[in-house]
Amino acid sequence: MQRRSEWLPHLVIWLGIAITAFPIYQAFIATTWMPPDLAQAPVPVLPGPYGLDNFARVLFDGGTSKVGTTPVGVMMWNSLVMALAITLGKIAISLLSAYAVVFFQFPGRMICFWLIFITLMLPVEVRIVPTYQVVVDLGMLNTFAGLTVPLIASATATLLFRQFFLTIPDELVEAAKIDGAGPMRFFKDTVVPLSATNMAALFVILFIYGWNQYLWPLLIAPAAEMDTVVLGIKKMMGGADAPTDWNLVMATALLALLPPVAVVVLMQRWFVKGLVDQEK
Amino acid sequence: MQRKVIFKGTLLPILLIAPQLAITGVFFFWPAGQALYFSVLEQDMFGTSYQYVGLENFRTVLSDPGYVSSLWTTAVFSVGVTALALVPSLYLAVQVDRVMRGKGLYQTLIVLPYAIAPAVAGVLWLFLFNPTVGSAAWVLRQLGVAWNPILNGDHAMILVVIASAWKQISYNFLFFLAGLQSIPRSVIEAAAIDGASRQRQFWDIIFPLLSPTTFFLIVVNVVYAFFDTFGVIDAVTSGGPAKATEILVYKVYNDGFRSAQFGTSAAQSVILMAIVIALTAIQFRYIERKVHY
Amino acid sequence: MAQVTLQSVEKRFGDTQVLHGISTDIPDGAFVVIVGPSGCGKSTLLRIVAGLETQSNGQILIDGRDVSALEPKDRDIAMVFQNYALYPHMTVRENMAYGLKIRGLPTDQISQRVARAADILQLGPYLDRKPRQLSGGQRQRVAMGRAIVREPKAFLFDEPLSNLDAKLRVQMRVEIKKLQRQLGITSLYVTHDQVEAMTLADRLICMNAGRADQIGSPLDLYTKPSTTFVAGFIGSPAMNLVSATVSDDGVDISFGVERLPLDPIWQESAGRPVIFGIRPEHLVATGDGPIQVSVDLVEALGADTLIYGQTQSGQTLTARLPGSSVVGIGDKIRLTALSGHQHLFDTDTGIRLPSKT
Repeated sequence: MQRRSEWLPHLVIWLGIAITAFPIYQAFIATTWMPPDLAQAPVPVLPGPYGLDNFARVLFDGGTSKVGTTPVGVMMWNSLVMALAITLGKIAISLLSAYAVVFFQFPGRMICFWLIFITLMLPVEVRIVPTYQVVVDLGMLNTFAGLTVPLIASATATLLFRQFFLTIPDELVEAAKIDGAGPMRFFKDTVVPLSATNMAALFVILFIYGWNQYLWPLLIAPAAEMDTVVLGIKKMMGGADAPTDWNLVMATALLALLPPVAVVVLMQRWFVKGLVDQEK
Repeated sequence: MQRKVIFKGTLLPILLIAPQLAITGVFFFWPAGQALYFSVLEQDMFGTSYQYVGLENFRTVLSDPGYVSSLWTTAVFSVGVTALALVPSLYLAVQVDRVMRGKGLYQTLIVLPYAIAPAVAGVLWLFLFNPTVGSAAWVLRQLGVAWNPILNGDHAMILVVIASAWKQISYNFLFFLAGLQSIPRSVIEAAAIDGASRQRQFWDIIFPLLSPTTFFLIVVNVVYAFFDTFGVIDAVTSGGPAKATEILVYKVYNDGFRSAQFGTSAAQSVILMAIVIALTAIQFRYIERKVHY
Repeated sequence: MAQVTLQSVEKRFGDTQVLHGISTDIPDGAFVVIVGPSGCGKSTLLRIVAGLETQSNGQILIDGRDVSALEPKDRDIAMVFQNYALYPHMTVRENMAYGLKIRGLPTDQISQRVARAADILQLGPYLDRKPRQLSGGQRQRVAMGRAIVREPKAFLFDEPLSNLDAKLRVQMRVEIKKLQRQLGITSLYVTHDQVEAMTLADRLICMNAGRADQIGSPLDLYTKPSTTFVAGFIGSPAMNLVSATVSDDGVDISFGVERLPLDPIWQESAGRPVIFGIRPEHLVATGDGPIQVSVDLVEALGADTLIYGQTQSGQTLTARLPGSSVVGIGDKIRLTALSGHQHLFDTDTGIRLPSKT
């Protein structure tokens, strides 16, 4: 079956990759030129000499022609804090609640499980106005707490851990009981270490999810100093009156996509596992 | 559903599950309940009192031409995104499945866009298709197309569909590749021995065997197009021009925050919840079916 | 080291009773095997002793102390599981040390005990490996080691050899027996394999449908099975059991056209219908034997030859003849039931009938 020469599929694949990567290449080119070079299409084919200048400028000055923008360095920090808080928070509370649901029998266990399960059907986007109202009422506007806490309840992570916990053999629990380990000891010494790959997989997925939040920070943290980088890009773009400094916008865009892409590249094995497991 | 061997105790598990329940209660169920509650109320002119109006708000929403056109926009958008995200990814997955060398590298490269935020993806494509500075726009002009997504609603729609589908291709590719790799080689070899050409092998054997994956991905992509593309729309078109790209989620946001129409905004949320529930139900039917296979 | 006592232990799951009051005393240092087919309640009984399940009625005493209400960790027992239940993320050393660590033993004492157990079990070279890097036999040994280091009052074994291949199973059987002798720790061992049961046990508990049909030494169970169930379960191939009638004078027993002399010890059963039992090894081929069998199947095992055949009245019989016997399918041979090895059971209850001596 494989006798036929392979060059055709390879060519097709590389063509596909080239098309997919083209927007990123164009963005990269734009970051190495100055606005006059980019004023008229097409964008130059090769990189120019201003790359370092542009990146340095957005990172530390935030100096687009629009006034009052936050330096991208600050935005990146905000994004990082938000992404990590959401990721770690989700993993922590899902781990605990899945443990409770799987390893204990208590009144209301099934109700709790269904309550968590139903949240699958309530994405932020569909209940955006009333949820915003709750955050306002709790005085959490423009705080990191407001930005992260409402997002850390997650049915998917809980379901994933539950699924995994159900595969832990009964005998292992019994061996632990005979060894004298109580529920929390068993959790700490056995369940958490055994969940390491699942946690790594979730980390990748959730970090991307957290870093890429858009609608939520747009509403909850309108203050400029709270801007995340994904949100900040939009604010840097000119409107009808002001021209857009594409060199700086594209530099910001590349900075914004770098951390999640790096996480995927570095943790690819877990990423693929995480994506596929989520749907089981 | 539950394990046979468990630990004793009542207080401990309740403490363990409490944080999640608390957050879920405050930020999921309370707001969802509010949406349901306000969807049947109407605020008076001064915004000081409410009165029960039954399904009036739903009637208002569904008979509003703006809402109906947004529904239509959403339908076009999600069909476009789903088709554009599925077809190339299946094609690429088949090619990658076919080659012997470089599988790992290809997978890594194709998967990367998944990590990119919808809003950032939107900005990248916006640049490419910007009528004055964009290279792709320039090519189109050379070909005689009067490309202008800022003024032309169809062009704007094409742009947001491309930007949204782009990052979803990665996701679909992964699942198609996994699906292809789970098809036993022997089945395809048997078809080859029966004399089926490559084309026929694909359409007669591979594609039918992939149908569970395809169906699952269609649902996932529709959900994505409905609910996860807010960033693309906001960054690229802000719903314009003339609401040509105002999908339902964007409309809820617009009506809820910009025009503060309380009751109808709540009714819109409730309709969206119904859509999510329907889509989730479809997804679970699929999972149930998968179990029987 | 301790004596373990079970006092009318019962277990119900909803409406189904799986244990009907089991009582026995396990003397200090004894090796007791619970044997029975799957579903007879033997594992449940063991798990109740371990404290992993709670009895519906009755008590468990270890060393005279009632432990019925205690958690497993407070009963001072150690258990070896069928699938070993090793912690997959811990090394062999950590697996063995874990229980001691939780109990707060000083580190030097832990490493001492682990080193000794590793020595006994020849696990020294593997102490820093993870369970997945070990063979089945080695994992089995680690599971044993985890029990040994605890120096418990009793060992509980739940079918520990059933995941091993046949050869390893025999080898480990011998090792477990030697180890138990060496350590002298009271042991309760569950298995469905009657050969394992016979070879390991000082004392056997043969269970049937939630009841202990017979408790005694392996040889007791073999020579004087107290029910048809025990008679059929212990020994391989199984004992022949046929419906028969004892003559009115109690001298003969007949089934169909066959009629053979009955051991005088069964005098009391004169004139009643019974179930007659005779083990295959107690049927011998003699030219003038009273039972004529036409041979259906011959299994030549080398040392022995097993004959499966039918009597003239259509009863199926199995006989174990010397390996040198030359028998073919369709042959008619005559068999004699050795005196002193005949068993009679009640037709309705299956219980062994009373005999003299």
